[in-house]
Amino acid sequence: MANILVIAEMAPDGKVRKSTHSAITFARNAGGTFSILVLGQGAKAAAAEITGYGAQKVLVCDDAYLANPIVERFAPTVAAVAKNGFDVIAVTASSFGKDLAPRVAAKLGAGYAPDISGVKDEGGKLVYRRPVFAGNAYGNCTLNTAVQVVSARQSEFSAAEPSGGSSPIEDVALAAKDAAAERVEFVGLDAAKSERPDLGEARVIVSGGRALKEKFAEVLDPLANMLGAAVGASRAACDAGYAPAELQVGQTGRVVAPRLYFAIGISGAIQHLAGMKGSKTIVAINKDPDAPIFQVADYGLVADLFNAVPELVTELKKATA
Amino acid sequence: MKILVPLKRVADPDNANKVKVNAGKIETTGLEWKPNPFDEYAVETALRLTENGANPKARLGEVVVVTFGPKETESTLRQALATGADKAIRIDATDDQLDGDVVARALKALVEKEKPDVVLAGKQAVDGDSNQVGQLLAEYLGWPQATFAGSIKSEDDKSLLVGREVDGGTINVRVGLPAVVSVDLRIVAPTSVSSKHSPAHKYPEGVRFAALMAIMAAKKKPLTEMKLADLVSDAALKITYTGFELPPARKAGIKVASVPELVEKLKSEAKVL
Ligand SMILES: Cc1cc2nc3c(=O)[nH]c(=O)nc-3n(C[C@H](O)[C@H](O)[C@H](O)COP(=O)(O)OP(=O)(O)OC[C@H]3O[C@@H](n4cnc5c(N)ncnc54)[C@H](O)[C@@H]3O)c2cc1C
Ligand SMILES: Cc1cc2nc3c(=O)[nH]c(=O)nc-3n(C[C@H](O)[C@H](O)[C@H](O)COP(=O)(O)OP(=O)(O)OC[C@H]3O[C@@H](n4cnc5c(N)ncnc54)[C@H](O)[C@@H]3O)c2cc1C
Repeated sequence: MANILVIAEMAPDGKVRKSTHSAITFARNAGGTFSILVLGQGAKAAAAEITGYGAQKVLVCDDAYLANPIVERFAPTVAAVAKNGFDVIAVTASSFGKDLAPRVAAKLGAGYAPDISGVKDEGGKLVYRRPVFAGNAYGNCTLNTAVQVVSARQSEFSAAEPSGGSSPIEDVALAAKDAAAERVEFVGLDAAKSERPDLGEARVIVSGGRALKEKFAEVLDPLANMLGAAVGASRAACDAGYAPAELQVGQTGRVVAPRLYFAIGISGAIQHLAGMKGSKTIVAINKDPDAPIFQVADYGLVADLFNAVPELVTELKKATA
Repeated sequence: MKILVPLKRVADPDNANKVKVNAGKIETTGLEWKPNPFDEYAVETALRLTENGANPKARLGEVVVVTFGPKETESTLRQALATGADKAIRIDATDDQLDGDVVARALKALVEKEKPDVVLAGKQAVDGDSNQVGQLLAEYLGWPQATFAGSIKSEDDKSLLVGREVDGGTINVRVGLPAVVSVDLRIVAPTSVSSKHSPAHKYPEGVRFAALMAIMAAKKKPLTEMKLADLVSDAALKITYTGFELPPARKAGIKVASVPELVEKLKSEAKVL
């Protein structure tokens, strides 16, 4: 039975990111026991949010040194805490998790299973399932080291719900600093202010492709507003500057699995499909009847999006009135 | 500036849906080998950082490319040499002898021999999709890392200003050299890479292609071979794949004839509104 250390990720607003709940689900699915480590400036206040999830302990390292997400500052403390009897260190495979986890693995001499989509205990050994080749195959793997590090896909491990109880909070000390951290200076975070849900958490996503051109926001925003949806984009739309890079959905962008996904003016390249094939219901609007996106769409509409999307907004208003 | 670029070949990523699984093993037979796109971007980035954009022939540094793979991966290295890299190293290995950890440990030993100022890797190999080698290497070396670089500005040859593409935005960091940087897609946009040697130069979008002359000349550039054992005494893998399988197929959908029909289906059939 594994004793798992879940690493919580803090958002700039001082709260625990919702994505952390996927790593908690991983820990529950793996069986055994788990604790949660919250690190960051203001971690103490944030920790109170996650005492109701069944962790043996919520460990807290609250330090101004951890104010910004510079993983060279986080890795030493994570590794030091991990050495207190933990078998598996788990993060959610967010950009922060993917940045941090291998550094921790290297510190611990641990094997690392990246971006896993499932876990099973087979006779006391954890078997991890992970997508390869843009999700066109799944590999089952085991790690040959006693201590193991994993990152769990947010789209495959649904957010954990509270389970009651109240885990005790315990302070942990900041570990000795790494010299490497002294060579990283945080200059700033450019983030577009958005009232929309995060792509990883949204129940509905409206994604647009190259076809939208400069009208990307003009056409998609009314639909997204109407549905309370997050907005996503194809690589081509991001590369062309129609949409910001952080909206990219796909193999090399965000991997999402909402209840409802709209692919609008997106052809359905392998790399895009890899990031949204897991969605429950997929709608595609494309003027090319042979576009590959239709092969994964539950509902396909062959139409000019510049007519179809405004009409869709009008019809949805009627239908939900 | 001296830059080391680890370069992996992958089975044609635009046809990744043609991979087969046979007796629990992945087969990529019939798929052409291509350089991992992120690694091509890393080579392009390295070239931009070591040249004067206005005069691409004048090299202001050295770019060394390295791959782990069998003999035939030398053609991937030759391609990189033809686009402008200065020398190449092949570390003899087959895919099943490697995991990200062995690659990182071997790269550490190579870095200690070659002494680059920067290791520029891809953010992920698009076959294994692991996204780990750069970070592992940085920790093994005790170097800082700037992953997912969408822009790089070389200010003074002692540090890089890197725009990192993260969930929800861009984090700008300044890393002191030597450092490991892993590149993201937008790094090959026209003005993503700049250095004090070529301020405000605008490059064509994407990676450069080799001219025929350069392909011939690349045959004379140095390409050396090493054994994995020359770099790591312990080549044990930390990860074991026990089997592969294909993903479950998605059930076929339907085409709707109109927007009202679509809304009706979403409401009463899919029940997602
Ligand atoms: C290393 C690498 C990584 C990549 N990672 C990703 C990734 O993570 N995510 C991703 O999305 N892509 C990724 N790609 C890119 C991918 O291969 C495709 O190039 C990209 O997804 C295409 O975007 P698109 O569908 O918007 O554009 P296109 O392929 O150009 O498709 C545009 C579509 O719009 C339709 N259209 C045009 N006008 C209209 C209209 N008026 N009304 C309705 N339909 C219209 C066309 O029929 C066409 O199907 C990656 C590529 C590489 C090499
Ligand atoms: C057909 C096949 C079979 C495999 N079988 C096994 C197996 O049995 N057991 C096992 O453990 N693994 C196996 N692998 C995985 C694979 O060989 C290693 O995991 C891989 O070399 C490390 O890459 P990564 O996916 O972890 O890289 P990532 O961390 O995703 O790559 C990041 C960057 O690291 C650099 N890089 C990574 N690999 C190389 C390389 N080989 N040469 C040069 N630069 C590189 C590149 O710059 C790349 O962009 C197999 C892979 C394939 C394609």
